[in-house]
Formats: sequence, structure tokens, C-alpha cells
Amino acid sequence: MRTITFAQALVEAQREEMERNEGVFIMGEDVGYSGGTFGATLGLWEKFGPERVRDTPISEAAIMGAAVGAAMAGMHPVVDMQYLEFLPYIDALVNLAAKLHLMSGGQICIPVVLRGPLGAKGGNGAQHSQYFESWFVNTPGLYVAMPSNPYDAKGLLKSAIRGKNPVVFIEDKTIYFTQGDVPEEEYTVPFGQADIKRIGKDVTIVATGITVGRALKAARFLSKEGVEAEVVDPRTLVPLDIETILQSVRKTHHVVVAHQAPKTGGFGAEIVAQIQELEFDELDAPVVRVAGLDVPAPYNVELEKKANVYEEDIIAGVRQVLEGAH
Amino acid sequence: MDAINNEIAIWLYRKMVEIRCFEEATLPYFQKPGHGSHHPCIGNEAIESAIGAVLRTEDYLFSSHRSHGHLLTKGLEPKYMAAELWGKVTGYCHGRGGSMHVTDWSKRVMPSGIVGTNITMATGVGLAIKLQHGTEVALVAFGDGAVNCGAFHEGLNMASAWHLPVIFVCENNGLAVSTHLKDSTSVKRLSERAAAYSMPAWDVDGTDTIASYVALSEAIEYTRKNSSPTFVVASVKRWKGHSSWDKGSYLTEAEIAEISEKDPIPPYRRLLIKEKILSREDVEAIDAEMEKVMVEAIQFAEESPAPALTKDEAVRYAYA
Repeated sequence: MRTITFAQALVEAQREEMERNEGVFIMGEDVGYSGGTFGATLGLWEKFGPERVRDTPISEAAIMGAAVGAAMAGMHPVVDMQYLEFLPYIDALVNLAAKLHLMSGGQICIPVVLRGPLGAKGGNGAQHSQYFESWFVNTPGLYVAMPSNPYDAKGLLKSAIRGKNPVVFIEDKTIYFTQGDVPEEEYTVPFGQADIKRIGKDVTIVATGITVGRALKAARFLSKEGVEAEVVDPRTLVPLDIETILQSVRKTHHVVVAHQAPKTGGFGAEIVAQIQELEFDELDAPVVRVAGLDVPAPYNVELEKKANVYEEDIIAGVRQVLEGAH
Repeated sequence: MDAINNEIAIWLYRKMVEIRCFEEATLPYFQKPGHGSHHPCIGNEAIESAIGAVLRTEDYLFSSHRSHGHLLTKGLEPKYMAAELWGKVTGYCHGRGGSMHVTDWSKRVMPSGIVGTNITMATGVGLAIKLQHGTEVALVAFGDGAVNCGAFHEGLNMASAWHLPVIFVCENNGLAVSTHLKDSTSVKRLSERAAAYSMPAWDVDGTDTIASYVALSEAIEYTRKNSSPTFVVASVKRWKGHSSWDKGSYLTEAEIAEISEKDPIPPYRRLLIKEKILSREDVEAIDAEMEKVMVEAIQFAEESPAPALTKDEAVRYAYA
């Protein structure tokens, strides 16, 4: 088993899928010669050429609309959105990609993957430091993936590219250089299958994206105090594997849901709602949400950290849920 | 009339009448509650029948909210279109799409109700054709309201910079719902915008059937030969209000009088009779035939079943 970075995992996934299917191509800003702002397409332009690894103008509305059109004509575009915060793409994503299958009565499929970084990188300012995955979750017709490590990133991206539905593939801005074990052999990770990243019996921590790593750090700290946390990573927000989460709830009876996105209307609210709808009697305390503050990201790096979620916040959340027994 | 052969000349007339009859037959149903909206293309029959005549079966056509003429010109059948407008399972989209989203994708025609989205979709199809080394073209029809949209500028620039086989056709009726072109647009002649994107442009009277056919033929030949985009601006008059719920109360009497002089069908009919391509009896027979087709289409729509009112049916087709 070798260790590679999250970015390298994305490169491998795209390279393998482009070798497998001539219809797969990449387009985005600075994906060619530059290999992408975070190296997510490094080496692909050299291998596949400028037609299939295509640098675009700064035209996010056209990039996304064109990806939809190309998909309708039989291609499998992977749109590299330099920053998912560059929002002009959202019209074509929501009004075309998410809806054409339904509006056409099932005639048209839009196998487009929109992938890119989302979130704070430290001092980039409010516009470049957002977490709005819940918008996509609340848009029927879209699949949403949010891998937390290189193994899941590669497997999920391969599945996304092979699938028939439009996928928003969200990568945290600080995740590209994190490392993990990834097999040499071909594999995929299915959508709609959560993963238990750490087994525990005292509390369930459901976390997404970059928060998974911070939850694992929190879990290691809590273990020294005799609290064993089970960390559940949904991996895909849509479709959501609620059953794996509920199995954990039945075991621990105490739940913390953690994410970077602002608390109000964040994806955590959906998980909490489903848990209490489906397994209310298994809960020994109200579910605790540990989430970002409801503010556009302040520029000051330390203040921005205060608005986000780190190990300390998750530890505090676990203590709160264990004390909140009813 | 030298420009086209009799077969095409007759096809154009039949298509114009088909479009007119479909719109006139279906529109009244949308002016009472119970259906969605209907954006009639009455007045656009010349340019829209010409679009169908110049495109091959394998070419792609994108349209806007004002879609029915484009759907018919690409070969969709009135009865399944009506069934879709009526929201029935027998409709092309099983009642899921409605007036602005009817498609038979095997005929490669698709409208979109959000202004500008059709333009970037067409650009994308052009990109696919190029990557597939195909010989097809994509034609997208939109109104004058779309030319101030970001997606218009992005789509035209991308098609031009990347040399994509796309024909951009603006059906210019001078009105975006209630807003007049002259109050909203920085150029007087819309075709000037083509130069900004390094593409050739044609200005044509979109109510003149033959002129429309000639202009579109030239544009499509240029695009096919050079695999690069073209821009056609066809002047038309919007015959009714913007949609089934809009009566055009903002139009002046002078504007309304102007509109009524630009019905494309009578002059073309007179031309065909004068050139002895069709007799008066032929013309009357075609008109009667199309009216009958629409009566049957609406009957089919009325008698067709609606989707079952279950939750399963309500969520069907959300995901592939």
C-alpha cells in the first residue's frame, strides 16, 4: 500500500477514467499547463493534450452550461471549478444539470462532475472562504460528495465520473496536501455508503470533509479520558447513508454532528432531523451540533479560526452531549 | 424563388401553418387557470420554419421559453406536444417538463426556460461535436432579451475562441416582456455584437420566409465549412403578449398596428400561389389539414391519462 496526497489521488482517478473512456474530458481555469491551482490535474495535460484537458476563459456560466451541453451530446465532462466560490456556474448547475433529467421525463442524463475546492484557507477573505454544500444538498437532482481522505477521494471521483447523475464533488481547500494510503489496484467507492473511520462505544461523531480529520484528533484526545468516540464519515451527502449513522446511534446513544459550514441551515441540521425522526428513543441526550459561526469569514486568520471548527470545539461538543443526558 | 426548390417551398408553408395552428389551438386553454404558462410564437413562423428546413436530422436545436415553433420545426408531433403541455403521461416528457421543456431528445431539440442557458448549452454541444470530430452543427434560437445576458456573452466568446460549430439566431421582436430593446441595449443593431466576438452576422427580415431561408442557409454553410460560429438576427413582431397571462397592455396603438402588418403567412401564401407552386385549393387544403391535426391533438391530450397521484410518481426521474 502506498501513501499519496489527496491531490495525487484526484489526478489518478481522472487519469484512469480518461484512459477508460474517451468521452471523459476536463475543463476549467488553469487546468492544463499549470495542472490546477492545487495540483488536481497535474500531468494530465501532458498525457492527454489540450483538447481533453482544456483551459477555459473566465466564464463560469459558460463553463458549466457548456459542460451540460457536452454531456447531452454524449461526453463526460469533469469541470474543474478553480474555486467553488466562483458562483456564476450555479445557474447552469441548478437550472440545467439538476433538472434536465426530470424535465425531459428521463430522456436526458447529465453525467457531469463539477469538482473544486471550497472553504477557508486562512486569510483569504470572506468571498474565497465559504462552505455552502447545503445549497447543493437542498437541490434535488444533484449528487454531492465530500471526501475526507485520498482513498475516498479517488474511489468517489471514479464513481462520480462513471455515474449518470450530475455530481458536485467538494474538496476542502486545505485537504490537497494531506496524505493517506491508496492501493495500486483499481477500486471505486460507491455513493450512498458512509464509512466508520473510528470505532467507539460512548459517542457518535458524524463529520464531513476536513472536519473528519479534526474529529479523529478529538477522538484520540478523548480516548485518554476514557471516552471512546465513533467517527462516522457520510462521504456522500446525497445520497446519504443514514442507516450507518443510525446503527452508530443505537450503540452510543449520544451524538455530535460536526461541520465547518455555518450552523444555521447547515447540512448538520438535516442529519440531526433524521436521527431524531427515526431513532428518537435511542437518544439519551439532544444531538449537539458543532458548526461554523453564522458570519462571512473575517480576514484575520485567528478570528477566522474562531468562526470554524477544530478539535477543541468537537471535544467541547462531546462533553456537552455526555453531560446533557436526559 | 430561385433560391429554393418547390419541395422545400411547400415544406416551409406547411410548417408555418402547422406552427400557427398549434399555437392558436392551444393558447386559449392556457388563458384560464389549471395549466401553466404558454409563450406563443405567433408571428415567428417564417424564421422558425426556415430553421427546420436548413437543419439536418443530426443537427441540434436549442430554444427558449417560446419553444413550440422550434419543436415543431425539428419534427415533434403536435399530439405528443399537446399531451405534454396538458401534463399527461403520453406527453414527450410524461408530463414532467411542460411547455418550456418539451423534448424528444432523439430529435436533438431542447428548450430551456431560463434566458441564456440555451446559449451555453448550444456552445457545449458545439464543443462535443468538435471533440468527437463530428460534422453536425448546433443552432440556438433566443430573443432580443437574451443578448444582454452574461451567458450570451460568455457563450459567444467561448464558441468563437474555440472555433465551435454553433449558429446563434436572435429572433428580435424588440420586447423583453414589457421592456423595449431601445431602453435596455447599448447597440441599435444587434448584429453589431457579432463583431465583438469575431463572427460574421446576418440581418434578415424574419417575417420573410425566403429571405430567412437564404440567410440561414448561408450562415449554416459558413459554420459547417469553417467549424466556427455565426450570428443571425431575424426581425419579427411579437404577435401577442409575452405569454398566456400577459396581454401586452404596455404596447401603444401604433405598435399594435405595426404588428398586424407583419404576419408572415399571407405574403408567403400569395407568393406560392403567384409562382404557381401551390394553387389556392392546395393552400386551403393544407390549412384545413393542419386545423384538423390540432383538433385531434388536443382531443388526444384531453383524453390522455395524467400521471398517477402517488408520491412515487411525484419523485420519479429526479435522479438517473
